[in-house]
Amino acid sequence: MESTAKRKFSVREIREDFPALRQLIYGKNLIYFDNGATSQKPQFVLDAINRYYSKDNANIHRGVHYLSQKSTSDYEDARKFIANYINANSTNEIIFTKGTTDGINLVASSFGELLKEGDEIIISAMEHHSNIVPWQMLCERKKCVLRVIPITKKGDLIIEEYEKLLSSKTKLVALTHISNTLGTINPIKEIIEKAHLVGAKVLIDGAQSIQHKKIDVKDLNCDFFVFSSHKVFGPTGIGVLYGKEKILEKMPPYQGGGDMIKKVTFEKTTYNELPFKFEAGTPHIAGGICLGKALEYVSQFNMEDIENHEMMLADYAQDLLSTFEDMNIIGESKKKTSVVSFVVDGVHPFDLGTLLDKQGIAVRTGHHCTQPLMDFYKIPGTVRASFAFYNTKEEIDVFIAAVEKGISMLK
Amino acid sequence: MTLEEKQLAIIEEFSMFDDWMDKYEYIIELGKDLPKIDDSKKSDDKLITGCQSNVWLDSNFDDGKMTFFADSDAIITKGIIGLLIQVLNNEKPEDIAKSDLHFINGIGLHEHLSPTRSNGLASMVKKMKMEALKVC
Repeated sequence: MESTAKRKFSVREIREDFPALRQLIYGKNLIYFDNGATSQKPQFVLDAINRYYSKDNANIHRGVHYLSQKSTSDYEDARKFIANYINANSTNEIIFTKGTTDGINLVASSFGELLKEGDEIIISAMEHHSNIVPWQMLCERKKCVLRVIPITKKGDLIIEEYEKLLSSKTKLVALTHISNTLGTINPIKEIIEKAHLVGAKVLIDGAQSIQHKKIDVKDLNCDFFVFSSHKVFGPTGIGVLYGKEKILEKMPPYQGGGDMIKKVTFEKTTYNELPFKFEAGTPHIAGGICLGKALEYVSQFNMEDIENHEMMLADYAQDLLSTFEDMNIIGESKKKTSVVSFVVDGVHPFDLGTLLDKQGIAVRTGHHCTQPLMDFYKIPGTVRASFAFYNTKEEIDVFIAAVEKGISMLK
Repeated sequence: MTLEEKQLAIIEEFSMFDDWMDKYEYIIELGKDLPKIDDSKKSDDKLITGCQSNVWLDSNFDDGKMTFFADSDAIITKGIIGLLIQVLNNEKPEDIAKSDLHFINGIGLHEHLSPTRSNGLASMVKKMKMEALKVC
């Protein structure tokens, strides 16, 4: 699926690629609007998973036999593809992880070892728990200080407050590229530049951006970038930590075990080179290979076509939802991705989510693992519809009618 | 009616609905009809926190029988609470403690009582039985 000429963007044809979209739920056509939680998988990826386990399955890196060499080269080819996809300098900068959370924990644990008492870490008020808790744990362990960039009611970072938090004590800024709850696209390039001026490193949580935006780590100049495969049409249980090679070199290993060592004696163990230094144990081989395939699938398209279609959907949904009485859209940044979070006065998100489910519509309800953000808005949770490039305007029409019906039953 | 007869009556009642939305409409009405617990009485010891919705539970033991009062911030959760209360109220604590609440399964709402559903209901049933055991 090498792609110099990009594939024509046809939603009808794209939907054909995703078998999970063609099913009935409670007798209704499935409308899948929970893409912020996870994406469906194209047949291209499903075939690759099947091919790996039915033909190529073997443990990698040290086998002399044919299958081991084939799976090793497929796994390492995937790493190369991913490095190119996000424009990393080399495969040494691509660490396979279990996912975004694992990547953040790796950095908190390993890069965190280099921090000392009084050092400061900056996050924001819109972070997912995965980009809060590892830093809190690190701060407890190393007696560091956690600072939080506040946000406006509309859901934008207050940059002037961020600037005030920056100082020579700041060692790391860990920030989400796109908020999973609000959909806000943060101005990360500007944030990264400002952090670098005080000598701080920057980790970008790309869990919600890798499927919506072209990622160029060199252009962003971020020090770390983490994402999960399953949000970008690949399998679960695998993700990537990108890190600048110079920084990764300085970081101690994260976990010990096979694959991450050069030589082991009972007296002393020497560690393997990058990227293997951070990959202990048999990895998720099928996952790595098929994440490569998922990105290969996405790369057939112009990312701009994907973005335009998704934004059209989000604007359409948000405009229609805004006409409802007692409707509150949570997250009204001017720079948003295809997420619409909302609460209706007098209607509990759980109730509306349950009624949408029974009408065949998958949305997410609750706090979306962003409890501090819910506290900020003083709400128990939201209903969140998150769109992918395979969703349609017609689906939104059905969704809007279902929301209307749900509200009328609940009020 | 015995506890078992009450369960069978609910299953019978629900068998009339062949559409999920009708079933939920009925549950929502039950939720709306269930008396509220006064906000001042919603103390933390009565609160069962769920990931999706919260439940408050209070109980009384009088004349050998249990009475439960419960409330939730979500109306569907509250409707299901209404059903549980219908079945368990005015029963002997020992019958409550050993009860098999199969009607939830029988009316197709078992998912709401799954601990992974995180609406506080599974913990509520556990707490109802614990309260009953305390006075057994």
